[in-house]
Amino acid sequence: MLRSEPVAGTKTRRFEIVIESLIRVLGFSTIGFVVLIFLFLLRQGLPFFFQVPPINFFGTRWYPTFGLFGTLPLILGSILVTLTAVVIAVPLGVATAVFVREIAPGWAREVLKPLIEVLAGIPSVVLGFFGMNIVAPLVRTTLNMPTGLTAFTGALVLAYMALPTIISVAEDALDSVPKSYRDAGLALGATKWQVIWRVVVPAARSGIVVAVMLGLGRAIGETMAVMMVTGNAARMPLTPDSLFRPVRTMTATIAAEMGEVAQGSLHFHALFGIGIILFVLTFLINLAAARSIFQKRRRGGLR
Amino acid sequence: MQLRWCNGWTKCTGRRLGQLGRCTALISFLFLSVGVLAACASSSSAYELPRTSPAVTTIENMGSDTLVNLALAWAEDYMQLHPEVRISVTGGGSGTGIAALINGTVDIANVSREMKPEELEQAHANGITPREFTVARDAIAVVVHPSNPVTGLTIEQISQIYTGRITNWREVGGEDRPIVLLSRESNSGTYMYFLEHVIRRGDPHDESLFSPDTLLMPSSEGISVEVRQNPNAIGYDGLGYVTPDQKVLAVAASADGPYVLPSIDTVNQGTYPISRPLYMYTAGEPTGVLKDYLDWIRTEGQKHVIRLGFVPLR
Repeated sequence: MLRSEPVAGTKTRRFEIVIESLIRVLGFSTIGFVVLIFLFLLRQGLPFFFQVPPINFFGTRWYPTFGLFGTLPLILGSILVTLTAVVIAVPLGVATAVFVREIAPGWAREVLKPLIEVLAGIPSVVLGFFGMNIVAPLVRTTLNMPTGLTAFTGALVLAYMALPTIISVAEDALDSVPKSYRDAGLALGATKWQVIWRVVVPAARSGIVVAVMLGLGRAIGETMAVMMVTGNAARMPLTPDSLFRPVRTMTATIAAEMGEVAQGSLHFHALFGIGIILFVLTFLINLAAARSIFQKRRRGGLR
Repeated sequence: MQLRWCNGWTKCTGRRLGQLGRCTALISFLFLSVGVLAACASSSSAYELPRTSPAVTTIENMGSDTLVNLALAWAEDYMQLHPEVRISVTGGGSGTGIAALINGTVDIANVSREMKPEELEQAHANGITPREFTVARDAIAVVVHPSNPVTGLTIEQISQIYTGRITNWREVGGEDRPIVLLSRESNSGTYMYFLEHVIRRGDPHDESLFSPDTLLMPSSEGISVEVRQNPNAIGYDGLGYVTPDQKVLAVAASADGPYVLPSIDTVNQGTYPISRPLYMYTAGEPTGVLKDYLDWIRTEGQKHVIRLGFVPLR
């Protein structure tokens, strides 16, 4: 349209330049905000690592009001809950994606896909409340544990929250496997199951890895639901039954304590220090996810 | 209207960080409305602006973080009844409030303990005779599941339970069940009070801490849900926060002492061992508006006390 009216010349041109630079500024400002947030986090969190000797912040006791800043139980707590959630969510999520994409009849697919997206929209506080009132007593009575507020309960709720992400991304990955692959498999006399298991899923492997990574990122950063169902006891999860004992995660610690901490105090910086540790962990996960996306592109196999 | 917003800002400074979001919203609103900005440009002029009455009295109120929400509720309600009075409430801790009272910068200090002898000395040196008013009481109830056969514990037993030395209900006369410890978050005033007066039994040299197995619940609701559902659980909270579906334990100061259930009466008589009075101090005998405010707090103002989880005076 614009190009067909060269006479309108300078005015349109100027307008275009304005719009273009505006969009550019907006685009770069996103990066700017991320950088600023990171700088803020570093500014508030780094003092912690200098003011507290490493033996203290890699200690095993988190009593921030008494100068004991052992972050190890929190880091291990986060890792335990997150990994368990992924172990539960990945088989379920991938299986659901396979069902939705490969097996379900058309109408079922049309119903399931939007339902899975609705699942992603449930606020975490609601899931936390559900976990506290329904899942935790169930875990306690069925497993005969002293309390139902355990790492396992947290992992169950988190797995539920990570499922929609895993399903949607894995389903996209399966979707992008060319039809010719399936046809070739069937033409060679493979059963439907063999085609799914030996051809389609391996072809979509890198996409599924991305799905897992994104689910992992979703799980490790989740706060509210975890805070409500894991019991928040800062104990070292080293005994074999730790999965069925209370734990305290990094996110829950920040959320629970930030509200009342004195600004500028060592405890305040300690919470930002935990934020830095969390940031680094999620960054590594995202990096791993990005790597598998790039690998996929390089291999050029799928889209 | 303008005065109202300035007022809101003063209240913000008193609120805890948790309400920072609301403050920020308020501040941005302040900057949006030019009229308000003009009124707020100098805080003193805001107070001097005549409205209904030419004489606007201000009361400065500072001190204990335990008391800050209650003090705010009183201030808000009293200002509604008496538009000619402005009350600003600030937290910071009991010590901060007393120091400000001694220096003459505040009218009322909120204090959750009695004044220390050295603080009294300092006050006298500055020619101030602090006057003490009990404005409410803070009592902590120890709660268990309704099916738990245990009816009472001594402070000593509670201390051993919370430090992890007693781990089974059998050891205190209950069923053979593990004990699940519930606590408020480490930054709540109730946590500190429970730690100092129950776990450490008031001994300042005691270094005991909550057992690492203690479940730190982010809210009173979290404690009540778990206590209601879990027959192994033991929890504690401000008496006002305890719901009827939890079983409240009687507490004894020593093994042979009487086991007392917490109630408004036993707390006021001082027989329930885990309770403390909350004070407001003024510099000398209060007069005029200040006296009226303190009288109001100790009578009509008591209706806010239960709502905020404290025990009213009788």
